[in-house]
Amino acid sequence: MVINTILLIVLVISALWTVMTPRLPRSAMGLAITSAVLSIIMFRLSSPLAAVFELSICAGLISAIFISIISLMPRITAKDRDIRQKEHFHKYWLLPVIIAMAAIALNLLHLPANFNLPAQPVENDVRIILWNSRHLDLLGQIVILLAGAFGVAILFKERKNG
Amino acid sequence: MLNLPVRTKMQTVGLLYVALLSAAQIIVVLFRPEGFWDRPDFWGGFLELRLYTDNLTLVLLLSIGIVVLTAVLVTWQTVTESKQRMNFINLSLISLIGMNGTVLLTDIFSLYIFLEITAVSAFILIASHRGLNALEGAFKYIILSALATVLMLGAIAALLLYSGDTSFASVSEAVKNNKDNIIVISAIGMFICGLFIKGGLVPFHGWLPAAYSAAPAAVSVLLAGIVTKVAGIYVLIRLVTDVFGPNASINSILLIVGTVSIVIGALAALWQSDFKKVLAYSSISQVGYIVLGLGCGTPLGIAGAVFHLFNHSIFKSLLFVNSAAVEQQTGSTDMNKMGGLGAKMPFSNATSLIATFSAAGIPPAAGFWSKLIIIIALWQNSHYAYASIAIIVGVITLAYLLAIQRKVFFGILPDELKNVKEAGMWIVLPAVALAVIIVGIGIFFPLLFNSFLVPVDSFFK
Repeated sequence: MVINTILLIVLVISALWTVMTPRLPRSAMGLAITSAVLSIIMFRLSSPLAAVFELSICAGLISAIFISIISLMPRITAKDRDIRQKEHFHKYWLLPVIIAMAAIALNLLHLPANFNLPAQPVENDVRIILWNSRHLDLLGQIVILLAGAFGVAILFKERKNG
Repeated sequence: MLNLPVRTKMQTVGLLYVALLSAAQIIVVLFRPEGFWDRPDFWGGFLELRLYTDNLTLVLLLSIGIVVLTAVLVTWQTVTESKQRMNFINLSLISLIGMNGTVLLTDIFSLYIFLEITAVSAFILIASHRGLNALEGAFKYIILSALATVLMLGAIAALLLYSGDTSFASVSEAVKNNKDNIIVISAIGMFICGLFIKGGLVPFHGWLPAAYSAAPAAVSVLLAGIVTKVAGIYVLIRLVTDVFGPNASINSILLIVGTVSIVIGALAALWQSDFKKVLAYSSISQVGYIVLGLGCGTPLGIAGAVFHLFNHSIFKSLLFVNSAAVEQQTGSTDMNKMGGLGAKMPFSNATSLIATFSAAGIPPAAGFWSKLIIIIALWQNSHYAYASIAIIVGVITLAYLLAIQRKVFFGILPDELKNVKEAGMWIVLPAVALAVIIVGIGIFFPLLFNSFLVPVDSFFK
């Protein structure tokens, strides 16, 4: 229970960080951490298939986001960055307060802890899921990551040269 | 391997490798070595992949092979800078993996992963061309693809609740058993909307004209010729027929979206003055025909849709090869600055005329037969209004494609284009080969009907 609570807090903090940081690469890193923590939570909630899917999506999504960030990010000065940081803070400072209030409200509602899902539970071993039934997805993820890394390399070089 | 430090020496080998790989794919599909596609030990041994081939898959594999080979040859002619060439080789290989995986898989989640491989390689291919328009095209593609991703993943998650597995068979069973379940119906709707975005159908077409027209010539061939067909339209055909099953509501949506795409795409193409933008809007219209055939829901309609998908990948690749030839020789795609190029570029002129006939559905080009089959299927199903619109838009298609001929190849040659010559061999050769395919299929269609078209409906059985 303590671990779950810690994971939940890390998840909320990393998700908030993703939205609130004014720097795009840090936001992408925040999204990666959020996704990884969410996968761990899904494993702990006996949903390994959902966790594996979350990891798969994370691989593709992060690659795509990194590529778009690097190709679209303009060069800005330190002064501009400070101004943007302040603007960003003014825009989103209410978000943590709203999340804290929502957490308190949900706690007061005393929602049932267990939901019965219509589908049958699957084998709860990540190795079985990954290697026996989702090996093709793993292969696909590797290709997506390679493509993402290749794209970043190309676009970085072009930015340096340009 | 192609990114090793020795890569400048690998350039020719790399291009040759991709060309041979796609040529091998064409040969394997056409000649189907005995037992190649059915050997469980072959597929079983290769990472135990759950791959599947039927006639629909074979048609797509053939189209992929032809278009990738064409794009590689066009790259050889149009991209002279060695690093850019290597980038294209690498990315076209990744794209090939993505597209082949998409058409061979029978798992809805694995399908999504391979769709993402195709999409990621397409983003980079468009963005790698330096320029504001290319970045705008890539940006629009990324944003709308992200929306499609959210819709498709949401749908997969919802379907997983009821199927417990993501294989086509399990999802199909779950859909069958939960026909009236609002979550399942919503999931199907979301997935189809995601595929409309990937396929560039109206009203989800915002990314397509920018991406097609801003991308480098070879990338336009690849994107317009096959990438969007596999990522959007093939998956739509496969899921609607194989997984979601026959459904009157889905068919109605497909008929409406297909018709709107046909009309809007054709009307928008009429007003463009940029060669590649006309072709981009024309793609939206032609994809509408495919969706219209699919919306019939009958074996004949779906066979027509698959046949038009194949034809479209051939004639649209050819038209983009022609635009690459014109762009390379004149340095522009603005049709208002051109004229009289027919005498200077006879092969490009003749082949683009053949592609125009196929796109407009004029005999003996292959496109005539596929459009005819779609219209007959609509008529047989009493969809008279849709059939009439499809016929009328065929005339508009002829109008905007003949406008290309008039503005680019006919008329008076401007003084600044007096020294223009025919494009190089590696542009002319694929253009002639594609034109031969169009005419060959058109003339020998009665012979091909039983071997090529009729088996397409095998996946109903």
